[in-house]
Amino acid sequence: MFKVVKRRQLNDNMFWLVIEAPLVARKARPGQFVILITDEYGERIPLTMAGHDSEAGTIDLIFAAVGRTTMLMSQLQEGDYLQDVVGPLGKPTEMDGLKRVCVVGGGTGNALAYPLACGMHDHGVEVDMICGYKSKDLVILEDEFRAGVDNLYMMTDDGSYGEKGFTTDKLKELIESGREYDEIVAVGPPMMMKFTCKMASDYGIHSIASLTAYMIDGTGMCGGCRCKIGGEDKFVCVDGPEFDGSLVDWDDLIKRSNYYKDQEAEDRAHVCRLTGGVRYND
Amino acid sequence: MINLVNNQNPMPEQVPDVRNKNFLEVAEGYTEEMAVREAMRCLNCRKKPCVSGCPVNIKIPDFIAQVAIGEFEEAYRIISEDSSLPAICGRVCPQENQCQGRCVRCEKGESVAIGRLERFVADWHAEHYGDEEIKPVETNGHKVAVIGAGPAGLACAGDLVNKGYEVTVYEALHKTGGVLVYGIPQFRLPKEIVAAEVSKLEAKGVKFVTDAVVGRAITVDELMQEEGFESVFIGTGAGLPSFMSIPGENYIGVCSANEYLTRINLMKAYLPEYDTPIMHGDRIAIVGGGNVAMDAARCAKRMGAKEVYVIYRRSMEELPARAEEVHHAIEEGIIFKLLNNPVQILGDENGNVRAIECVEMELGEPDASGRRRPIEIEGSNFEIPVDMVIMSIGTKLNTLILDTTDKLEANRKGGIGTDDSAATNREGIFAGGDAVTGAATVIKAMGAGKVAADSIDRYLAE
Repeated sequence: MFKVVKRRQLNDNMFWLVIEAPLVARKARPGQFVILITDEYGERIPLTMAGHDSEAGTIDLIFAAVGRTTMLMSQLQEGDYLQDVVGPLGKPTEMDGLKRVCVVGGGTGNALAYPLACGMHDHGVEVDMICGYKSKDLVILEDEFRAGVDNLYMMTDDGSYGEKGFTTDKLKELIESGREYDEIVAVGPPMMMKFTCKMASDYGIHSIASLTAYMIDGTGMCGGCRCKIGGEDKFVCVDGPEFDGSLVDWDDLIKRSNYYKDQEAEDRAHVCRLTGGVRYND
Repeated sequence: MINLVNNQNPMPEQVPDVRNKNFLEVAEGYTEEMAVREAMRCLNCRKKPCVSGCPVNIKIPDFIAQVAIGEFEEAYRIISEDSSLPAICGRVCPQENQCQGRCVRCEKGESVAIGRLERFVADWHAEHYGDEEIKPVETNGHKVAVIGAGPAGLACAGDLVNKGYEVTVYEALHKTGGVLVYGIPQFRLPKEIVAAEVSKLEAKGVKFVTDAVVGRAITVDELMQEEGFESVFIGTGAGLPSFMSIPGENYIGVCSANEYLTRINLMKAYLPEYDTPIMHGDRIAIVGGGNVAMDAARCAKRMGAKEVYVIYRRSMEELPARAEEVHHAIEEGIIFKLLNNPVQILGDENGNVRAIECVEMELGEPDASGRRRPIEIEGSNFEIPVDMVIMSIGTKLNTLILDTTDKLEANRKGGIGTDDSAATNREGIFAGGDAVTGAATVIKAMGAGKVAADSIDRYLAE
């Protein structure tokens, strides 16, 4: 059993849980993920860690309450437990040799971009961070980013906060202004990552995308997370989760992300059982 | 007195048309009377070919002789000297290729039903003595880590704890049992049986740590240098499922048998109270002919599919699955498309599977495996309309442990390299089961776990 030691609500439907998981925290590195189960009847879902504290033996999970499991997790209070947390899984973010990068986060993906961007910064890499959100009420982690990276650019689709526009607009502006990057890292919805990585390729800059996929075991046994990278089948859990953005078959990835869409929609209809009647914004 | 009837006593089973809609165990087991009658078919011949056919060399004629005189508990004691998991092996061993395949009674009819008798004895013991309190074994103070709580790891842990070692088993999944729990379905091996075997080991003093991925959370080297384990056994199983690399394998509705079976068996997608998402299909194709393919096909039927196909590129003769599983699958209405090989999976405009295109095959000369090589018949392509395709064509080895253990060497196949005593090139590190050989059987993995336990015992006694 894994105890929730701290809970924080970031906005209407985003939550930050600090979980006691010493075995995971001991070895965790930015870019890695865990698989968790809420209770005996729960499914196994992967979540990228938003941070960890090896000494305290805790890991940080930031998530949007959009699926059955995350809706249940949003109900957990300090002192409650998750049944299982396994990790750290996947390969850590590669940082060696990088001098200056631009990390581009979209929506919920900013929660996953957070440890990555700050981890790179701590590693001595100069980090520009572009955070994109739909609107002001969905903005998360602004103070944390500001404290952890070199330059922060806040973007909203509707202009209700920061600058109006997409993250790719800002990325283009920065590159055009002469900012030189060794690497561009995209973390967010597949469509946003697709366009970010494409822009990187257009400017001849190496890109990395952090992929999420359905998976069960997280050790390569189920093959549910397979994706096409440079024409080859790769498993997100053991070969990733980060891949060369120019090699990802985005259309294939987007298609496969709908594998259990119908069942998930049905799950979300059980709002009372999942959240005690609270309905969050989708 | 010898029972001279040439055929095995049949084992009661659920009727095919009933059982293909539920997950209860298919075979119901012998009654005492049936078991005695079957045991009396054993000639107790001098050569005991059955014993040499058993990967763990159970003293088969000896235990059968006890069954024949109604001394079932004594029979259990004899089996237990060599096998730690008889209730499991009696159900899942491919006996026709092992003990039973060598039985002298095959010369004039059917072999003695050794597997059924083993199962009977184990179940009889569980029913009559299952609640007996098991006392912790006195420890000798030496610590051994076992990686993987599947058949190899459980067998190794069982033997080691009996010898007095302090054993800790690390398991990556949230439940113990490995393939016995995530792969083999409930209707073939009830999970309660696996759980009972694991609790027996716990009662003896074996510690189980679930949710622990060795190689990520902790490495083999750290287990030895920091956690004080003097020896480590690696029994991490087969690994990454293979796909065919044909067009269309990423359409929605295509998955590996590992994924399909894990969702159903480990995560109980067939029970409404579990959240596990699972894809449902009306017409499902399973590609492959092994035990895993049979399990996937029979699960698919039970999950409500109207038509389930097993597509296999060779003929029934070469089909590698255990005979009883094939027989059961046919009875349950699984359609075998033999000498057929998929060339592509076709999808609709939404990316969902709509059909699988196959080509007919004929058999040529035997290949390296000794089986006749299938050759495509040009122009014989045809489509089978399906909405799901489950790939069950084997696995590739997982390299996590090799990649994260200092100087540990692989064998030619890419598995962990070992000698006959299960020793790797690293002192104190042993390995066995599918992690070494690639996908094989439960009993072979158990056999390897037992060999390793002996070797570890010798190594630590020095």
